[in-house]
Amino acid sequence: MKPVGMCRMCLVEVEGVRGFPPACTTPVTDGMVVRTRTDAVEKIQEGVLEFLLINHPLDCPVCDRGGECPLQDQTLAFGPGESRFVEEKRHYEKPIPLSNMILLDRERCIQCARCTRFAEEIAGDPLIDFVSRGDRTQVLNFAEQPFESYFSGNTVQICPVGALLARHYRFKARPWDLATAETSCTTCSVHCRGAVQSSSNRIVRLLGVDLDPVNHGWLCDKGRYGIDWVHADDRVREPHLRVGGELREVSWPEALDAAAGEIRKVLRMHGPGAIAVLGGARGTNEDAYAWARLAKGVIGTDHVDCQMGDGLPAEVVLGVRRAEIDDCDRAGAIVVLGPDPREEVPVLFLRLRRAAKDLGVPLFDCTPVGGSLAPYAAHVARRVPGEPVGADVVELAARTARERGGPLVVVAGRPSVAEAPDATVRSIAAFGALDGVDVRVLSALRRGNVHGALEMGLAPGFLPGRVTLDAGREWFTQRWGGVPAGRGLDADGILRAAAEGRVHVLVLLGADPLLDHPDALLARRALEGVPFVVAVDAFRSESAARADVFLPCTVWGEQNGTVTNLEGRVQRVARRVAPEGTAMDDWRIASELAYRLGADFDLATVDEVTDEIAAVAPAALGATAALVRRARDGVVLPLREHLGEIVVRTRGLSILAEEGAGTSWDPIRAGGAAPAGAPAASGEPAPRTRRRRPVPARTRRRPRTRSSTRTPRASAPPTRPRCTSGTVRQAGPPRPRVTRTLCAS
Amino acid sequence: MSVEERRIVTRRLHERPEDSWTIDGALASGAYRVWREVLRTGDPAAVQEQVRLSGLRGRGGAGFPTAQKWSFLPEGRYPRYLVVNGDEGEPSTFKDRMLVERDPHQLVEGIAIASYAIGCNLAFVYLRGEFALGYERLTQAIADARSHGFLGRDVLGSGFDLDVVVHRGAGAYICGEETALIESLEGERGMPRIRPPFPAVEGLYAKPTVVNNVETLSTLPHIVEMGGEEYAKLGVNRSTGTRIFSVSGHVKRPGNYEVELGVTFRDLVFGLAGGIRDDRAVKFFIPGGASSQWLTGSDEHLDAPLDMDFVQQTYGVMLGSGAVMVFDDTTDPLLVAWRLAKFFAHESCGKCTPCREGTGWIEKVLYRMAHGMGRPEDLDLLFDVGDNISPGVVNAPFTQTTICPLGPSVVSSIASLHRYFRDEVQARVGVSA
Repeated sequence: MKPVGMCRMCLVEVEGVRGFPPACTTPVTDGMVVRTRTDAVEKIQEGVLEFLLINHPLDCPVCDRGGECPLQDQTLAFGPGESRFVEEKRHYEKPIPLSNMILLDRERCIQCARCTRFAEEIAGDPLIDFVSRGDRTQVLNFAEQPFESYFSGNTVQICPVGALLARHYRFKARPWDLATAETSCTTCSVHCRGAVQSSSNRIVRLLGVDLDPVNHGWLCDKGRYGIDWVHADDRVREPHLRVGGELREVSWPEALDAAAGEIRKVLRMHGPGAIAVLGGARGTNEDAYAWARLAKGVIGTDHVDCQMGDGLPAEVVLGVRRAEIDDCDRAGAIVVLGPDPREEVPVLFLRLRRAAKDLGVPLFDCTPVGGSLAPYAAHVARRVPGEPVGADVVELAARTARERGGPLVVVAGRPSVAEAPDATVRSIAAFGALDGVDVRVLSALRRGNVHGALEMGLAPGFLPGRVTLDAGREWFTQRWGGVPAGRGLDADGILRAAAEGRVHVLVLLGADPLLDHPDALLARRALEGVPFVVAVDAFRSESAARADVFLPCTVWGEQNGTVTNLEGRVQRVARRVAPEGTAMDDWRIASELAYRLGADFDLATVDEVTDEIAAVAPAALGATAALVRRARDGVVLPLREHLGEIVVRTRGLSILAEEGAGTSWDPIRAGGAAPAGAPAASGEPAPRTRRRRPVPARTRRRPRTRSSTRTPRASAPPTRPRCTSGTVRQAGPPRPRVTRTLCAS
Repeated sequence: MSVEERRIVTRRLHERPEDSWTIDGALASGAYRVWREVLRTGDPAAVQEQVRLSGLRGRGGAGFPTAQKWSFLPEGRYPRYLVVNGDEGEPSTFKDRMLVERDPHQLVEGIAIASYAIGCNLAFVYLRGEFALGYERLTQAIADARSHGFLGRDVLGSGFDLDVVVHRGAGAYICGEETALIESLEGERGMPRIRPPFPAVEGLYAKPTVVNNVETLSTLPHIVEMGGEEYAKLGVNRSTGTRIFSVSGHVKRPGNYEVELGVTFRDLVFGLAGGIRDDRAVKFFIPGGASSQWLTGSDEHLDAPLDMDFVQQTYGVMLGSGAVMVFDDTTDPLLVAWRLAKFFAHESCGKCTPCREGTGWIEKVLYRMAHGMGRPEDLDLLFDVGDNISPGVVNAPFTQTTICPLGPSVVSSIASLHRYFRDEVQARVGVSA
């Protein structure tokens, strides 16, 4: 936000300048001498605070802000001990609603304009402004137009007094009673950093924390205020088992035995292909990893999908060259294919808006229907739903990016579930085929930890760490004792197979296909066609209500672990409250089931799971619990210092990962056709490692003209990957390569 | 009392009271002759030079040399705008209103000459909202000037384009402050901007902008006609030329009087305005609009010359907007101070804390004091609160803790109370002298 120079608290003396310039609006110059503690300046500070307090109600004992109030702090530090004001203070009705969520106590307002500046400059929702003059100056919304901004909660957080109040938090707690843990919000896949606060073992507030590469301190209201459900009355707090047609509360051993028993029976009678797992995008990376290991390593099924037919193929998400959010700020151009970021990944909208509006990055709005970014777009190119972006737009975007320099960032998600993902995939492919442009894709899949779940292998054909089933077969067989024989079904396929009676056990990992799958009818037939459903969930959703065994799991706020956002950034989420009832972490449930199926994961703490991921999942190499805990901004995978040990390959085309750039980029061709000149997919080159060498800071991807001539060095001798991380030691077969395959046909 | 008005800017409206505002009346008395000549000569720099030689200073209140203001425009940056400050909000000032209502063509001609001098093709007039008649006549004058070819595309075949837009204010005193005026003109809430950047560098729509007062611009045709040096012979010292003074209060003949600078307050009050009602004595008067500090009815003050620099340096008061408000010996200075404070508290835009809260506080205290509820410590309290808005207000040069001078304006009357009426006020709040 731009400095406004209103409060006059920071007036200082500057040598050679007459009067008292405000420090906040005065640029520093060479050799400037500034005095902040002269008698005159201190008198002004005391005077300003006295002014601010004459009409302030001083109702601190009943104010939400009392105890964490900048006005209190400033007064204590710089203010007068007593007021000389003996007149009647200004009075208003207290508080008045600005919207359903935000209340305003105008008596407390000190007119700093933080909220109005945020609403206009940051959120782009100028729905509140100053009204009236003099000491009647007040912030108000406009008549008949409530302050309905998706980001309104931020104004409550930045209000320096208790003028703006959240209906949700008002009178809930005193700041000194709050226990705080830093965590990330997992309402969508942006993973804004936040501080979750509890009082008496109840989560009462989530505050934004400034994480420079991600959220700049902001949260959306969905994330900020969507926390009550953790303690909702209808949380399922104990395991349940269907007895005589009804779900009955049972003990954990009974429930786990029942689930494991059924899985064992079905394995014996029908084989692993009769067991399928849907969901897993809700939990942590550790949950996803443990369930991937249970499903693929222990049970042996590849019918696993964390997306619900509403995302993009895993091959695309894991295979394209990923952009970081910060890339938008320095991009040559940004192309948004959909969805509307403000609806699905709100804080990413703030970042995109800032890049386009404040930093002048040309933004191409290529969503099929108009959205929130259109007013800031340099070009609006509406495409027909289901059709890819036109070649002219691709060329214009490429030319713009080339002329301005900087990467071309493509923001790609699923514009709507009514539209197959093909159009998006083909659009990405078109951008990927460009020459001389550094194209990076920013995934806009919205579901909480969907990127973490995909990276952990909760997708057909994949194993943890961005490797395909085939590429990782040897390595993971060694680590896990086995992997599925062939590629399994995605969510669509699983539901179809279930409807046809070919799935005998369906595990719902926080999944509600009846509500979430685009084809609700198919989901209904599927659930009717499955003889045994295991629900691992916190709520009895319509789908979970169909469960034969219901295993209550912990949720955000009750879990420790790591999550991966849409950039591939791994951050910690923290447990702030004890779980409701006897709810158990997903990874522990997986571990318990595995034990009952004869496999001992030997994982006692969540950190051990994180460390196992860091040791076995190639793209996550080195991302240990200790490292993630230490990293202030989280870590973006794969880790730069481990790049040399991870051979990134595409199907039939080996390209070394660039410094800090995630996986390498290679054009995706529609329909999965391999780039010309590349060997067929079946010609899997032998594993190879690359000798580590320092990566020059400005290494650029080699020109594509050369890359097509690069053939896999099949003759390279298999070597054990070297590992520099002190905490990770591997033995066994060579680490498989991180894989990006072409789009599934 | 022999002083006469020296009518330059007010000549036409006095000569043709029946039709001075019409195009025919104006043309008949020589309007646009100078403008035609300026265009024929085709030398903007020469106009600037004449204005520099004339020593013309802004008639809005601050008295800043007009030519110098123009010279701050950064070279080569276009478009640049001329904004005419017609908001005339200073209490008891009513000279611009007369000029707009009764001689709009003189203003239009001034705007045209100034625009030509600084290279502006689009001028804005920010007119006080209450000037309904002025708005009507000014827009008519602009329309007539355009139809006569004095405005519009290719003015009088010179190749110079000029359009004038009239914008009506919405009743905020603060919008007379040039940066708040610009904000308001842009459609924002009228609040002063932090300087730098100054309007000359980044003003309206972030373009180089000159803001000039109505009277200043109305003087321009005459300066160009007379020649700068000739104009500078009028007046006294650095206060050259004539100025219109709006005399009001307890005088027999309140009104606008154009006089040569250098005559005395006595000339104005007792000469032109006919003296005090019922022939009473002057207790005190406000020499330059409500923002100014006061002077008393002493001979020393009454015989002070109307010289901007002299009164500033000698008495710490300003000629400001040229509004002289006179109070006779029946007046309660506390009540006057309270009424002025009430105005400023009402008009404070709310941007800077000291002004937003301080003006209201001062108003409340003054109300108590003026209505028999004062406490002995109140005058010192007022003085210290005033000092927090305008540090060092008694010992000039004072500074301010606010962005614009509105906050310090409320302190002017307190400083005057303190300086001239301390004993009287103390007696009112229970302190014996």
